[in-house]
Amino acid sequence: MTFDVARIRKDFPILDRQIRGGQPLIYLDSANTSQKPRQVLDAMTEFYERHNANIHRASHQLGEEATEAYEGARIKVGEFIGAWDETEVVFTKNVSEAINLVAYSMSNASAVGRGSGKGSTAAGPGRFSLGPGDEIVITEMEHHSNIVPWQLLCQRTGATLRWFGVTPDGRLDTSGIGDLITGRTKLVSLVHQSNVLGTINPVRAVADAAHAAGALVLVDAAQSVPHMAVDVTELGADFLGFTGHKICGPTGIGVLWGRRELLDEMPPFLGGGEMIESVWMDRSTFAAPPHKFEAGTMPIAQAVGLGAAIDYITEVGLDAIRAHELQLIEHALGVLGEVEGLRILGPTEAVDRGSAFSFEVAGVHPHDVSQVLDDLGIAVRAGHHCAWPLHRAFGVRASTRASFYLYNTSEEVDALADGIRQAQRFFADA
Amino acid sequence: MQLESMYQDIILDHYRHPHHRGLRQPYDAEVHHVNPLCGDEVTVRVSLKEVGGEATVADVSYEALGCSISQASASMMTDLVIGKSVSDAMAVSQGFLELMQSKGAGEPDEDLLEDAVAFTGVSRFPARIKCALLGWMAWKDATARALQEASS
Repeated sequence: MTFDVARIRKDFPILDRQIRGGQPLIYLDSANTSQKPRQVLDAMTEFYERHNANIHRASHQLGEEATEAYEGARIKVGEFIGAWDETEVVFTKNVSEAINLVAYSMSNASAVGRGSGKGSTAAGPGRFSLGPGDEIVITEMEHHSNIVPWQLLCQRTGATLRWFGVTPDGRLDTSGIGDLITGRTKLVSLVHQSNVLGTINPVRAVADAAHAAGALVLVDAAQSVPHMAVDVTELGADFLGFTGHKICGPTGIGVLWGRRELLDEMPPFLGGGEMIESVWMDRSTFAAPPHKFEAGTMPIAQAVGLGAAIDYITEVGLDAIRAHELQLIEHALGVLGEVEGLRILGPTEAVDRGSAFSFEVAGVHPHDVSQVLDDLGIAVRAGHHCAWPLHRAFGVRASTRASFYLYNTSEEVDALADGIRQAQRFFADA
Repeated sequence: MQLESMYQDIILDHYRHPHHRGLRQPYDAEVHHVNPLCGDEVTVRVSLKEVGGEATVADVSYEALGCSISQASASMMTDLVIGKSVSDAMAVSQGFLELMQSKGAGEPDEDLLEDAVAFTGVSRFPARIKCALLGWMAWKDATARALQEASS
């Protein structure tokens, strides 16, 4: 299968831009956010120009069209990740909200005195109810969005937070798994592909251990869904989150997938219009999933954009994208490996590895590295990439991160290596 | 390269050979500040003394880990405040803050800011403003605490 990166690049208008006075844009920050193809932009414009109305509640043709567009996007998402059906797909504004949704639903289940009605549950023993003695297990390589919500949940409920460590070569340290995942574990939440290390974790193995211990599993797939075929059943996930803006879709739209029986049992997170069945002044009953978890007017055009992004990525082919990225990964490991004083944080082999490369340059701070690269038109990220504990685990204050996607080329990887060398020369002691 | 407008020689010089670096005793207050965006951190100790009835900055000592801008700025800050009365030093701090908020358009007072006028170029890069201000904010915080200690 030939992957024509030049043709793909033509689909992305922003790649034409010039930066810092005439440099062509070399965009190596897709782990932060991806660029958007014309097809996604057109789909959103077309929605606003031809089909815009509110959904579900409008009793006219435009309302029907808008509803079909929105719910059609939901169906596409469900098929894309191998959901049983689209009622397992909840739209959110991003993956951080998706994770918070599960955390807040759990603490709502844990609080005293729950209401009645479809989809809510009484407090007390139950797989969503948490209290002292219960445990949530995460990992040290998580993004803050898969750390902080669980810290807050444990504070609210008295449960204990525990975590897997990371090995020096950036792999999940599963050596203590029997000690970490026990009968006390209610939920294991882990990242599929690290946004810093590029590491692809053995999610299925961890999920199997979690299920054997009676725990649920949430997978942060923000960096994996855009880059490889992901099937929720194969992963062994009970919940999975990803976000539209990293898969060539717009910002403002994310997805929480959850097994239907779990979504049925979970109490709502946000209350408001659309998520209800009936409302009186003193109580309400709630809609069935997924609408139970979608309060108010949702990001309708953005969901349409996500649907178009999924169409686009599916047409290019996730396997083709993964193969292209593997070439870039191998090339990057080679050329970055040749830069003296550069240390890659994370696996240095192209096995179970995605295309995020975080690295240290001896004697040059990441901010300064990224400044020199910016001056050359190269966009990377500097800092801790919302994974501060991971950086501490590596004894590093901050790193520079380059990340690749379907529209990047080997020449761009070469330019990155050259740019790093320029930064080294610029900051070398006089 | 636009880089030279930001990384002026004097800034790189302070980065490579920072002034007044190290944590010294005695001190009246110590603070630890962090830039959550990038993990840059600075520990600043301030020692005050009374000169002619006025609180004066006797010493500022620090340890800092971070980018060239944050390091150079902390170094220059110590040059600019040590020996001044607190109120004069605060005026310099305010002047520097205004320069950093000027989006490159600032016409800094060289008498007030001395070498720190070199940071005018930095103010054109919003991502680096916090770097330049980190040491100054820490010094202000430490000085405020030292004054509070003295009055209590």
